[in-house]
Amino acid sequence: MSRGLILYALMAALIVGTGLLQGWNLALTILNMGLISGVMALGVNLQWGFAGLFNVGVMGFVALGGLAAVLVAMPPVGEAWAAGGVRLLLGLALGAATVVAAVLLWTRMARGRMRALAVAAVLLVGWLVYREVFDGGVGAVEAVNPASTGYLGGLGLPVLLAWPVGGLIAAGGAWVIGKVSLGLRSDYLAIATLGIAEIVIAVMKNEDWLARGVKNVIGIPRPVPYEVDLQASAGFAERANAVGLDVVTASTLWVKVLYSGLFAAVLLILLWLAQRALASPWGRMMRAIRDNEVAAEAMGKDVTRRHLQVFILGSAVCGIAGAMMTTLDGQLTPGTYQPLRFTFLVWVMVIVGGSGNNYGAVLGGMLVWWLWVMVEPIGLWLMTTITAGMPDGSWLKGHLQDSAAHMRLLTMGVILLLVLRFSPRGLVPER
Amino acid sequence: MELMNALVALLNYVVVPGLAYGAQLALGALGVTLIYGILRFSNFAHGDTMAFGTMATILATWGLQAAGVTFGVLPTALLALPVGILGTALFVLGTDRAVYRFYRTQKAAPVILVIVSMGVMFVMNGVVRFIIGVDDIGFADGARYLVNARDFRDWSGLDEGLVIRVPQVITLATAAVAVALLFWFLNRTRTGKSMRAFSDNEDLALLSGINPEKVVAVTWIIVAALATTAGVLYGLDKSFKAFTYFQLLLPIFAAAIVGGLGSPLGAIAGGFLIAFSEVTLTYPWKKVLGYLAPEGWEPEGLVQLLSTDYKFAVSFAILVLVLLFRPTGLFRGQSV
Repeated sequence: MSRGLILYALMAALIVGTGLLQGWNLALTILNMGLISGVMALGVNLQWGFAGLFNVGVMGFVALGGLAAVLVAMPPVGEAWAAGGVRLLLGLALGAATVVAAVLLWTRMARGRMRALAVAAVLLVGWLVYREVFDGGVGAVEAVNPASTGYLGGLGLPVLLAWPVGGLIAAGGAWVIGKVSLGLRSDYLAIATLGIAEIVIAVMKNEDWLARGVKNVIGIPRPVPYEVDLQASAGFAERANAVGLDVVTASTLWVKVLYSGLFAAVLLILLWLAQRALASPWGRMMRAIRDNEVAAEAMGKDVTRRHLQVFILGSAVCGIAGAMMTTLDGQLTPGTYQPLRFTFLVWVMVIVGGSGNNYGAVLGGMLVWWLWVMVEPIGLWLMTTITAGMPDGSWLKGHLQDSAAHMRLLTMGVILLLVLRFSPRGLVPER
Repeated sequence: MELMNALVALLNYVVVPGLAYGAQLALGALGVTLIYGILRFSNFAHGDTMAFGTMATILATWGLQAAGVTFGVLPTALLALPVGILGTALFVLGTDRAVYRFYRTQKAAPVILVIVSMGVMFVMNGVVRFIIGVDDIGFADGARYLVNARDFRDWSGLDEGLVIRVPQVITLATAAVAVALLFWFLNRTRTGKSMRAFSDNEDLALLSGINPEKVVAVTWIIVAALATTAGVLYGLDKSFKAFTYFQLLLPIFAAAIVGGLGSPLGAIAGGFLIAFSEVTLTYPWKKVLGYLAPEGWEPEGLVQLLSTDYKFAVSFAILVLVLLFRPTGLFRGQSV
C-alpha cells in the first residue's frame, strides 16, 4: 500500500503542478475527467482484473449511460408525445413482441422444416408490421419543431438520478450481450462487445426521436448552480472578494470544485464497494475462476453465470461513468464517441494502473487521462523544437507541425506496449 | 423487358457491389484467420495493418505519378502495390520481432496477445495518421468505367443502364489471383505444408523439425500481402480514410468467425456472406420491385429493410446467430 500511497501523492502533485503552472481551471478540468476515467477504469478492472473478461465495448456502455442523462433529466416534449409518442412506443412493443414470439416458437416447436418456416414467417410479418407502425410514429415525432426538439424528451427528473439509471441501462445491454457470447472463447466476447458498441453509437446517431441524433441534445440540467447565478448572488461575490478572486473566475472554479466533490464521492463509494467485493468470498471465487476455470468448475461453481454477473456489474459501472460525463459536459453529442478514446484508452488506464487492483485501476485512470491531455501540448512543443531549424514554409515543417495532434495515439500505444512488456502487473500490482 | 430491367438494376446495386465488397472482406478475413491459425490470437491490429499497407501503396503511387509513370487504363496503385506489400511486410516483421516474439517464447495466454495487438493497433493508427493524416484520400486513376450506363442503354435498348466500374472488376480479378496463389502455396509448397502442419498440431510439427520462427515469419509476410491488397482494393473501390479501415475490423472478424476461425476456405465464404447480407438488407428495393410489380402495384416507400447506417448491425447479427447456433463456424474452424 505504501507504494500506492506514494504514487497517489505523485498524482496529486501532478494535478497541483498543472494548477500552479497552467492555471487552476485546467487542473480542475483534468481532475474532473480524471475522476470519471477512474470510475470507467474501475468498471473495466472489475471485468478484466477480477474475472479475466475481455470487454472492448466500453464506449457503448459509456454512451448508454450518457443517453440516460438525457432520458432522465430533459423536460418531456408534450407536443411530440401527443403527435406520435404512443404510436412509436407501440411500434417498439410490437418489435419486441415479434422477437419474443420467434424465440418462443423456436423453443416450443419440434425440430424440423416447419419450425424454421414458422419462425421466418413470424419474423418477416412482425418486421413489416413493426416498420409500418414505428415509422409513422417516428415521422410524427421528428416533425415537431425539428430545429429545437423533434424528440420525445426525457422525464424531467433531477439529473443525479440519471447516474444510477445510466448504470441500469448499461447493465441491461450487458445482460443481452453477455447471454450470447459468454461461455465461448474469450476472443468472441471481445468481438461481440466491439460490435455492440458500434451499434449503440449508430442507434444514438440515427434515431433522432430518441435523443436528437447528431443534432445533439444541449442544455442538460445541472446538479450544481450555474456560473451566471453565482455571479448574480451578492453573498458569493463577497466571499470571492474575501479570498482575493474576481467573481467570474471564482464562479467557474467553484462550479468545477462542486463537480469534483460529486465525482469523488461516487468514485469513493464505488471503490469501497469494489474493495469489499474483492475481499469477500465472492471476490475470492471470482479470482479462483479467473486463475483456473476448470478447477473452479470442478468445485461446483457455475462459471458462465458468475461471468455474466461480473460482466453486468462492470458494464453498469461504465454506464454510471458515462452518465457522469454527459452531466459534466451538459450535452449529449453522439458524434464524439470514438472507440480509440472511450474503449481502448480505458484499457490502457487499467493495464498501466495495475489490473486486478482497484486502487491501481483508479490511479491509472487519472494518470493516463492527465497524460492524454498533456501529450498534445508536449508534442506540439517537441515538433516546434525539431522544426525550429527548418526554413519557414517548407513542406516538411508544415506537415510535422500539423501532425503533432496525432502524437497521442502513438504515445498511448507505446506506453501500453512498454508496460505490458516490462511491468505487466502495472504500477500498483495485485496483492 | 421489365424483367431484364429489374435484373440489370439488381446487378447494378446488389450483385456487383456485393461481389467487390465480399472479395475485399474475404481477403481481410483470410489475414485474420491465418494469424489465428498459426499464431493463435485474434489480431486487433488487422484493420490498421490494412490502413498501413494502403498508405504505403498511396505514397508509392504518388511517387510513380510524380515520375510520370502510369498504368494506362488501370490504376497506378496496382503498379505500386508490390512496394506497399514490401513496406508492410517489413513493418509487421519488425513488430513481430520487437513485440510479439517475446510473448510467443513465454507462451503467454492468447488474451494477452490480443491486448498486445491492441497496443500495436494504437501505434499503427498513430503512425498512419502521423504520416498521411485523417482526411479522405481518393487515389484511383485510369479509366473509371468498364461498362457505362449510356452505352449500355444504347446497345440494349433497356431503360436501366448497367454500370460496372473498373475498380470492381480489378477487385475481383486481383482477389481471385491472390486466393489462387495462397491456396497453391498452402497446398503445394513445402513451406505452405509446414504452415498447415503447424496450425493443426504445433507440438507434432516442432517434433518433425519444422522451424517455428520461419513459419511465423512467412505467415506475417503473407498476412501483410493480403492485408495490403485488401486495403488497396477497398481504397480504390471507395476511398482511403484511416478511421474507416479501423471500422472494417468488425465485418472482417465477423467473416472470419462465420467461416470458422483458422479455416481459409471459411474466411472466403464468410466474406461473401457478410457482404451480400449487408448489401441486400440495406439496399432500397423500390426500383427493382417497381419493374417487377404489375401496373399500379409499385411500392410507395423505399422498401429498405435497414438504413445504411446500420450496416454494422448486419455483420453483428450474423455473428450472433453463428455464435448461438454453430460456434465453430460454417467450415468447422479450430475454436470452441
